[in-house]
Amino acid sequence: MMEMKRKNGTALPEGGVLEAPRRTLFQENWHLFKKNRLAMAGLVIFIIFFFVAAAGVFLTSGRDPVFDPALVRLQEKLRPPLSKPNLETLKPEEVPTLGIYLFGTDDLGRDVFSRMLQGAWVSLTVGFVAVGIAVVIGVILGGIAGYYGHSQIRLGHLLACLLIGGGTIGIFSGRIAAGVLMVLFGAAVSAILIRMEDSKGRGPIPTGLSVLFLNLFSVDIFVTGLIDIMLCFPVFFLILTVVALLPASMYNIMIVIGFTSWMGSARFIRAEFLSLRELDFVTAAKALGVSDWRIIFRHMVPNAMSPVLVSATIGIASAILIEAGLSFLGFGVPPPHATWGNILSSGKDFLFDAPWLTFVPGFAVLTVVLAFNLFGEGLREVLNPKLRER
Amino acid sequence: MLSVQDLKVFFHSDGNISRAVDGVSYEVREGETVCLVGESGCGKTVSVLAILGLVPQPPGEIHGGEILFKGKNLLTLDEETLQGLRGKEISMIFQEPMTSLNPVFTIGDQIEEAIIAHEAVERAEAHRRAIELLTDVGIPSPEERAKDYPHSLSGGQRQRVMIAMALACKPDLVIADEPTTALDVTIQDQILHLFRELKEKRHMALLYITHNLGVVAEIADRIYVMYSGTMAEVGNVEHIFRDPFHPYTMGLLASLPSRARKGQSLYSIPGAVPDPAYKPHGCPFNPRCPYVQESCTMEFPEMCDFGDGHFARCPITYEQKKGK
Repeated sequence: MMEMKRKNGTALPEGGVLEAPRRTLFQENWHLFKKNRLAMAGLVIFIIFFFVAAAGVFLTSGRDPVFDPALVRLQEKLRPPLSKPNLETLKPEEVPTLGIYLFGTDDLGRDVFSRMLQGAWVSLTVGFVAVGIAVVIGVILGGIAGYYGHSQIRLGHLLACLLIGGGTIGIFSGRIAAGVLMVLFGAAVSAILIRMEDSKGRGPIPTGLSVLFLNLFSVDIFVTGLIDIMLCFPVFFLILTVVALLPASMYNIMIVIGFTSWMGSARFIRAEFLSLRELDFVTAAKALGVSDWRIIFRHMVPNAMSPVLVSATIGIASAILIEAGLSFLGFGVPPPHATWGNILSSGKDFLFDAPWLTFVPGFAVLTVVLAFNLFGEGLREVLNPKLRER
Repeated sequence: MLSVQDLKVFFHSDGNISRAVDGVSYEVREGETVCLVGESGCGKTVSVLAILGLVPQPPGEIHGGEILFKGKNLLTLDEETLQGLRGKEISMIFQEPMTSLNPVFTIGDQIEEAIIAHEAVERAEAHRRAIELLTDVGIPSPEERAKDYPHSLSGGQRQRVMIAMALACKPDLVIADEPTTALDVTIQDQILHLFRELKEKRHMALLYITHNLGVVAEIADRIYVMYSGTMAEVGNVEHIFRDPFHPYTMGLLASLPSRARKGQSLYSIPGAVPDPAYKPHGCPFNPRCPYVQESCTMEFPEMCDFGDGHFARCPITYEQKKGK
């Protein structure tokens, strides 16, 4: 009998069954991803950056940090990279932990390496949190536009929103009685709308209330209009304006970047939902009595995520860039805390005397942003079957 | 148990009104298998989607009629109550097993989802029941298959999974919308056997939509023949196959391939189904009917009672029969 051999050369077990190699979707994608060298380089740099940033936050914070980014040594200012500290003029606790100034010192004699470590964490969290906010907003708005697109926004809906919103502002700005009244009135309007819509086929709507049911525009037009309006603004200047009005802090930066960069993911999700909505498995889920909310978030979103994942990865890069830009302009994270942007900003005054003050953070930003972009491009190629075979 | 009365579902498009379902009545009693037969586009699917409240509105509109299920009119129920009913008491199996399963979840997950949607059970319990259901529908080594994604199953296996999902909450009525059309003949036979087996085991009623008369002859307790959004003929297998009275049913049967007419070309009903937006006046079948008379183009015919639960919407053949 002919001996059957498997691919790896081992003989088939007696009475064994030939089975296709079982690979999960992840294994398959990983296999494809590995072939893309640039994307792999991006991923490796991203992982290194992640660990450096995570280590940085532990090593530079606390009462007695291993690397103190705020320690001023005026006698050691503007020392070049890899230079040895002058041990005679320094107190023992002021000597840098590594024994040398790896990236030099700045105009106040602070160790640039420690400051870079501290700044890495800022970049990482700003990137991830801002994109996280953007994706959440984008998925919700895009999902609503894609799934409920046909539904009409009625005059009553608008009225209820305005009353409740206006009332809430009223309550918070001191006019409590008027505010409460408006909120109650708005709640009454929405209650009427919900009751009437539920009682389909139970008799006509009273004429006095029919004005509330005047169709204004569809949900889809509302959301796509909102997206288009947001896209009209040059994002960076919009952020600058908002940041100028808000107190400077890391959290405000994250929130502002998040709230101004959700349009891409909203568009992707909406487009995916428009096609997914018509597919049989969505109807099948409905026929099984699964609720709308669950259909959107459990059945449709996972099917629509791959383009969003790609744009989010590239979005992290641009969020890091925006944060660095804001810090450079002095609108970012306030100064005692080091970020790559404000190291760069303070370094620009000494561009010819101490070029490392601009090169080190500049090169770090470049590397990380490039790594995220390459990684994102690689992901796009893996997740989009049309781009696979080139 | 289920009784659809004079259901009308219209679709609005570009100012036209398509009367997809135009006054259809049918009935499914407990434990019965009822077949809804008719060619593509005659309103079979839309009429059952209306039962579950799944007709997209707009462009669709339920123009009138009643759908009574256990005494409740489903058309006036609010969305929440209807959601509780779907899958729990009435469930549906779709035509295309290839696209009716969500590609990003394992089949085990999807069956569990059906259970969790209606019953407050633990994940582990739901998983146990999912495995049980997979065994019931004849999937080999169900524990391992439950971890598979839909793309690694064949069409027949996927349809079995769809059936398992539909049966997850022990519904009283299962609507099967051409469940075997996308499958090849041997698998079709297996699935029909499975239906019969499960029906006996669970005492559920089955509303089976198909355009395959062979399937109908095999499983139906009662048959409804639809044409262009209206009911043409009602009867049991004997009535429809031995003694049809509506010319459309006769045409359908004549166009079946048979051994007696070996070598001859197949019969086909002349003409095409009318556009639901521009139906002919009177009987919708009149342009294609060999027995057409002037009265057929004037007024919409009444349902005529041929006795023993056999009805056909054709006064011409009714007169002929009485004259005999």
